[in-house]
Amino acid sequence: MSELPRKPRPQFRNIHVSQILSYRLPIAGVMSILHRISGAGMFLLLPVIVWLFDLSLTSELSYATLMELTDLVLVKLILCGLAWAFIHHFFGGVRHLISDLHLGITKESSPQIATIFMGLSLVVSLLAWLAIFGVL
Amino acid sequence: MSEPRIGQKRLVVGAHYGLRDWLSQRITAVILGSYSVILVVSALLAPEPGYYGWSGLFAQTWMKVFTLLAFLAFFYHAWVGVRDIWMDYVKPLGLRLALQAFTIVWLLGCAIWAIDVLWRV
Repeated sequence: MSELPRKPRPQFRNIHVSQILSYRLPIAGVMSILHRISGAGMFLLLPVIVWLFDLSLTSELSYATLMELTDLVLVKLILCGLAWAFIHHFFGGVRHLISDLHLGITKESSPQIATIFMGLSLVVSLLAWLAIFGVL
Repeated sequence: MSEPRIGQKRLVVGAHYGLRDWLSQRITAVILGSYSVILVVSALLAPEPGYYGWSGLFAQTWMKVFTLLAFLAFFYHAWVGVRDIWMDYVKPLGLRLALQAFTIVWLLGCAIWAIDVLWRV
Protein backbone atom coordinates (compact mmCIF):
# COMPACT_ATOMS: atom_id res chain seq x y z
CA MET A 1 0.00 0.00 0.00
CA SER A 2 2.63 2.47 1.02
CA GLU A 3 4.56 1.93 -2.23
CA LEU A 4 1.70 3.16 -4.40
CA PRO A 5 2.27 6.67 -5.72
CA ARG A 6 0.12 9.10 -3.80
CA LYS A 7 -2.53 10.75 -5.91
CA PRO A 8 -3.35 14.30 -4.97
CA ARG A 9 -6.79 14.20 -3.40
CA PRO A 10 -9.40 16.32 -5.17
CA GLN A 11 -10.39 19.45 -3.36
CA PHE A 12 -13.77 21.04 -3.70
CA ARG A 13 -14.19 24.68 -2.91
CA ASN A 14 -16.88 27.27 -3.45
CA ILE A 15 -17.37 28.22 -7.08
CA HIS A 16 -15.99 31.60 -8.02
CA VAL A 17 -18.17 33.87 -10.17
CA SER A 18 -15.74 33.53 -13.10
CA GLN A 19 -16.19 29.72 -13.12
CA ILE A 20 -19.99 29.71 -13.27
CA LEU A 21 -20.21 29.11 -17.01
CA SER A 22 -17.92 26.07 -16.90
CA TYR A 23 -20.35 24.22 -14.63
CA ARG A 24 -23.34 22.34 -16.02
CA LEU A 25 -26.37 23.45 -14.03
CA PRO A 26 -29.21 20.89 -13.99
CA ILE A 27 -32.58 22.18 -15.21
CA ALA A 28 -33.91 22.39 -11.64
CA GLY A 29 -30.96 24.69 -10.90
CA VAL A 30 -31.67 26.80 -13.99
CA MET A 31 -35.30 27.10 -12.86
CA SER A 32 -34.10 28.13 -9.41
CA ILE A 33 -31.61 30.81 -10.46
CA LEU A 34 -34.14 32.25 -12.94
CA HIS A 35 -36.60 32.43 -10.03
CA ARG A 36 -34.10 34.63 -8.21
CA ILE A 37 -33.25 36.72 -11.29
CA SER A 38 -36.93 37.30 -12.14
CA GLY A 39 -37.65 38.29 -8.54
CA ALA A 40 -34.72 40.71 -8.44
CA GLY A 41 -35.81 42.19 -11.78
CA MET A 42 -39.34 42.86 -10.56
CA PHE A 43 -37.91 44.41 -7.37
CA LEU A 44 -35.72 46.80 -9.38
CA LEU A 45 -38.55 47.72 -11.78
CA LEU A 46 -41.08 48.13 -8.97
CA PRO A 47 -41.47 51.93 -9.40
CA VAL A 48 -42.21 51.32 -13.11
CA ILE A 49 -44.85 48.73 -12.18
CA VAL A 50 -46.50 51.06 -9.65
CA TRP A 51 -46.34 53.91 -12.17
CA LEU A 52 -48.15 51.75 -14.77
CA PHE A 53 -50.71 50.82 -12.10
CA ASP A 54 -51.12 54.54 -11.28
CA LEU A 55 -51.65 55.50 -14.95
CA SER A 56 -54.11 52.65 -15.48
CA LEU A 57 -56.37 53.69 -12.59
CA THR A 58 -56.10 57.41 -11.89
CA SER A 59 -58.36 58.74 -14.66
CA GLU A 60 -59.64 58.11 -18.16
CA LEU A 61 -57.01 60.56 -19.35
CA SER A 62 -54.12 58.78 -17.64
CA TYR A 63 -55.47 55.48 -18.99
CA ALA A 64 -55.35 56.96 -22.49
CA THR A 65 -51.75 58.10 -21.85
CA LEU A 66 -50.88 54.54 -20.82
CA MET A 67 -52.43 53.16 -24.00
CA GLU A 68 -50.36 55.60 -26.08
CA LEU A 69 -47.24 54.63 -24.17
CA THR A 70 -47.82 50.94 -24.83
CA ASP A 71 -47.74 51.66 -28.56
CA LEU A 72 -44.00 52.29 -28.25
CA VAL A 73 -41.88 49.24 -29.05
CA LEU A 74 -39.50 49.98 -26.16
CA VAL A 75 -42.41 49.99 -23.70
CA LYS A 76 -43.73 46.76 -25.25
CA LEU A 77 -40.30 45.15 -24.73
CA ILE A 78 -40.21 46.27 -21.07
CA LEU A 79 -43.72 44.85 -20.61
CA CYS A 80 -42.59 41.58 -22.23
CA GLY A 81 -39.68 41.39 -19.77
CA LEU A 82 -41.95 42.12 -16.80
CA ALA A 83 -44.53 39.61 -18.03
CA TRP A 84 -41.86 36.90 -18.32
CA ALA A 85 -40.46 37.75 -14.86
CA PHE A 86 -43.90 37.55 -13.30
CA ILE A 87 -44.96 34.35 -15.10
CA HIS A 88 -41.65 32.61 -14.45
CA HIS A 89 -41.67 33.62 -10.79
CA PHE A 90 -45.25 32.34 -10.49
CA PHE A 91 -44.50 28.89 -11.92
CA GLY A 92 -41.12 28.72 -10.17
CA GLY A 93 -42.92 29.53 -6.92
CA VAL A 94 -45.50 26.80 -7.46
CA ARG A 95 -42.63 24.39 -8.10
CA HIS A 96 -40.99 25.43 -4.81
CA LEU A 97 -44.27 24.90 -2.94
CA ILE A 98 -44.58 21.42 -4.50
CA SER A 99 -41.03 20.64 -3.34
CA ASP A 100 -42.00 21.80 0.15
CA LEU A 101 -44.59 19.01 0.15
CA HIS A 102 -41.66 16.61 -0.51
CA LEU A 103 -43.01 15.84 -3.97
CA GLY A 104 -40.71 15.50 -6.95
CA ILE A 105 -37.45 15.72 -5.06
CA THR A 106 -35.83 12.46 -6.18
CA LYS A 107 -32.98 12.47 -8.67
CA GLU A 108 -35.33 11.20 -11.40
CA SER A 109 -38.43 13.31 -10.74
CA SER A 110 -36.75 16.64 -9.93
CA PRO A 111 -35.60 17.36 -13.53
CA GLN A 112 -38.98 16.14 -14.85
CA ILE A 113 -40.92 18.57 -12.65
CA ALA A 114 -38.48 21.36 -13.51
CA THR A 115 -38.91 20.65 -17.25
CA ILE A 116 -42.72 20.74 -16.95
CA PHE A 117 -42.68 24.07 -15.10
CA MET A 118 -40.08 25.56 -17.43
CA GLY A 119 -42.35 24.56 -20.33
CA LEU A 120 -45.42 26.10 -18.67
CA SER A 121 -43.49 29.28 -17.92
CA LEU A 122 -42.31 29.62 -21.53
CA VAL A 123 -45.69 28.78 -23.13
CA VAL A 124 -47.64 31.23 -20.92
CA SER A 125 -44.93 33.89 -21.46
CA LEU A 126 -45.23 33.40 -25.22
CA LEU A 127 -49.01 33.93 -24.98
CA ALA A 128 -48.42 37.10 -22.92
CA TRP A 129 -45.88 38.40 -25.47
CA LEU A 130 -48.31 37.76 -28.32
CA ALA A 131 -51.00 39.64 -26.39
CA ILE A 132 -48.63 42.56 -25.72
CA PHE A 133 -47.79 42.82 -29.41
CA GLY A 134 -51.49 42.66 -30.27
CA VAL A 135 -51.24 39.37 -32.18
CA LEU A 136 -53.58 37.61 -29.78
CA MET B 1 -22.99 21.48 29.31
CA SER B 2 -22.64 21.30 25.58
CA GLU B 3 -24.98 24.13 24.61
CA PRO B 4 -24.75 27.68 25.89
CA ARG B 5 -27.79 28.44 27.99
CA ILE B 6 -29.08 31.38 29.96
CA GLY B 7 -30.39 30.12 33.28
CA GLN B 8 -31.97 26.68 33.30
CA LYS B 9 -33.90 26.47 30.05
CA ARG B 10 -33.26 29.23 27.58
CA LEU B 11 -31.01 28.49 24.59
CA VAL B 12 -28.99 31.51 23.46
CA VAL B 13 -28.88 30.39 19.84
CA GLY B 14 -31.74 29.44 17.56
CA ALA B 15 -34.37 32.16 17.75
CA HIS B 16 -36.17 30.52 14.77
CA TYR B 17 -35.79 33.60 12.55
CA GLY B 18 -35.07 31.19 9.70
CA LEU B 19 -38.30 29.26 10.21
CA ARG B 20 -40.31 32.47 10.53
CA ASP B 21 -38.90 33.85 7.27
CA TRP B 22 -39.27 30.53 5.46
CA LEU B 23 -42.89 30.20 6.58
CA SER B 24 -43.86 33.83 5.87
CA GLN B 25 -42.28 33.51 2.41
CA ARG B 26 -44.63 30.56 1.71
CA ILE B 27 -47.76 32.14 3.19
CA THR B 28 -47.26 35.40 1.30
CA ALA B 29 -46.52 33.36 -1.85
CA VAL B 30 -49.85 31.55 -1.59
CA ILE B 31 -51.69 34.88 -1.13
CA LEU B 32 -49.87 36.39 -4.12
CA GLY B 33 -50.42 33.35 -6.33
CA SER B 34 -54.17 33.24 -5.57
CA TYR B 35 -54.48 37.00 -6.04
CA SER B 36 -52.69 36.85 -9.41
CA VAL B 37 -55.02 34.15 -10.74
CA ILE B 38 -58.13 35.99 -9.51
CA LEU B 39 -56.90 39.34 -10.90
CA VAL B 40 -56.18 37.90 -14.35
CA VAL B 41 -59.51 36.03 -14.49
CA SER B 42 -61.50 39.09 -13.25
CA ALA B 43 -59.76 41.39 -15.73
CA LEU B 44 -60.50 39.03 -18.61
CA LEU B 45 -64.15 38.74 -17.50
CA ALA B 46 -64.61 42.50 -16.96
CA PRO B 47 -68.11 43.59 -18.07
CA GLU B 48 -66.71 46.30 -20.33
CA PRO B 49 -63.31 46.82 -21.93
CA GLY B 50 -61.06 49.81 -21.30
CA TYR B 51 -60.80 52.18 -18.36
CA TYR B 52 -64.29 51.69 -16.88
CA GLY B 53 -64.09 47.90 -16.78
CA TRP B 54 -60.62 48.04 -15.22
CA SER B 55 -61.27 50.77 -12.64
CA GLY B 56 -64.71 49.32 -11.86
CA LEU B 57 -62.97 46.13 -10.81
CA PHE B 58 -60.84 47.98 -8.24
CA ALA B 59 -63.77 50.11 -7.05
CA GLN B 60 -65.41 47.06 -5.45
CA THR B 61 -64.72 46.66 -1.74
CA TRP B 62 -63.74 42.96 -1.89
CA MET B 63 -61.21 43.74 -4.61
CA LYS B 64 -59.81 46.72 -2.67
CA VAL B 65 -59.37 44.58 0.43
CA PHE B 66 -57.86 41.66 -1.48
CA THR B 67 -55.55 44.00 -3.41
CA LEU B 68 -54.33 45.72 -0.25
CA LEU B 69 -53.74 42.32 1.32
CA ALA B 70 -51.78 41.27 -1.77
CA PHE B 71 -49.72 44.50 -1.61
CA LEU B 72 -48.79 43.83 2.02
CA ALA B 73 -47.96 40.22 1.16
CA PHE B 74 -45.92 41.41 -1.82
CA PHE B 75 -43.80 43.84 0.16
CA TYR B 76 -43.03 41.36 2.91
CA HIS B 77 -42.30 38.63 0.33
CA ALA B 78 -40.00 40.95 -1.62
CA TRP B 79 -38.21 42.02 1.57
CA VAL B 80 -37.40 38.41 2.55
CA GLY B 81 -36.34 37.52 -1.01
CA VAL B 82 -34.18 40.57 -1.68
CA ARG B 83 -32.60 40.39 1.77
CA ASP B 84 -31.66 36.76 1.01
CA ILE B 85 -29.94 37.94 -2.18
CA TRP B 86 -27.87 40.52 -0.25
CA MET B 87 -27.02 37.96 2.43
CA ASP B 88 -25.87 35.44 -0.22
CA TYR B 89 -23.73 37.71 -2.36
CA VAL B 90 -22.74 40.81 -0.39
CA LYS B 91 -20.28 40.04 2.40
CA PRO B 92 -18.96 43.45 3.58
CA LEU B 93 -21.20 44.34 6.49
CA GLY B 94 -21.43 48.09 5.86
CA LEU B 95 -22.41 47.63 2.22
CA ARG B 96 -24.93 44.94 3.11
CA LEU B 97 -26.50 47.19 5.73
CA ALA B 98 -26.71 50.05 3.23
CA LEU B 99 -28.36 47.79 0.62
CA GLN B 100 -30.84 46.45 3.17
CA ALA B 101 -31.73 49.97 4.25
CA PHE B 102 -32.16 50.94 0.57
CA THR B 103 -34.40 47.88 0.06
CA ILE B 104 -36.69 48.90 2.91
CA VAL B 105 -36.95 52.51 1.69
CA TRP B 106 -37.52 51.36 -1.92
CA LEU B 107 -40.24 48.87 -0.90
CA LEU B 108 -41.98 51.16 1.58
CA GLY B 109 -41.96 54.05 -0.89
CA CYS B 110 -43.54 51.89 -3.59
CA ALA B 111 -46.01 50.40 -1.08
CA ILE B 112 -47.25 53.84 0.00
CA TRP B 113 -47.55 54.98 -3.62
CA ALA B 114 -49.44 51.81 -4.64
CA ILE B 115 -51.82 52.07 -1.66
CA ASP B 116 -52.46 55.73 -2.49
CA VAL B 117 -53.36 54.79 -6.07
CA LEU B 118 -55.63 52.00 -4.89
CA TRP B 119 -57.47 54.21 -2.41
CA ARG B 120 -58.14 56.93 -4.99
CA VAL B 121 -60.21 54.56 -7.16
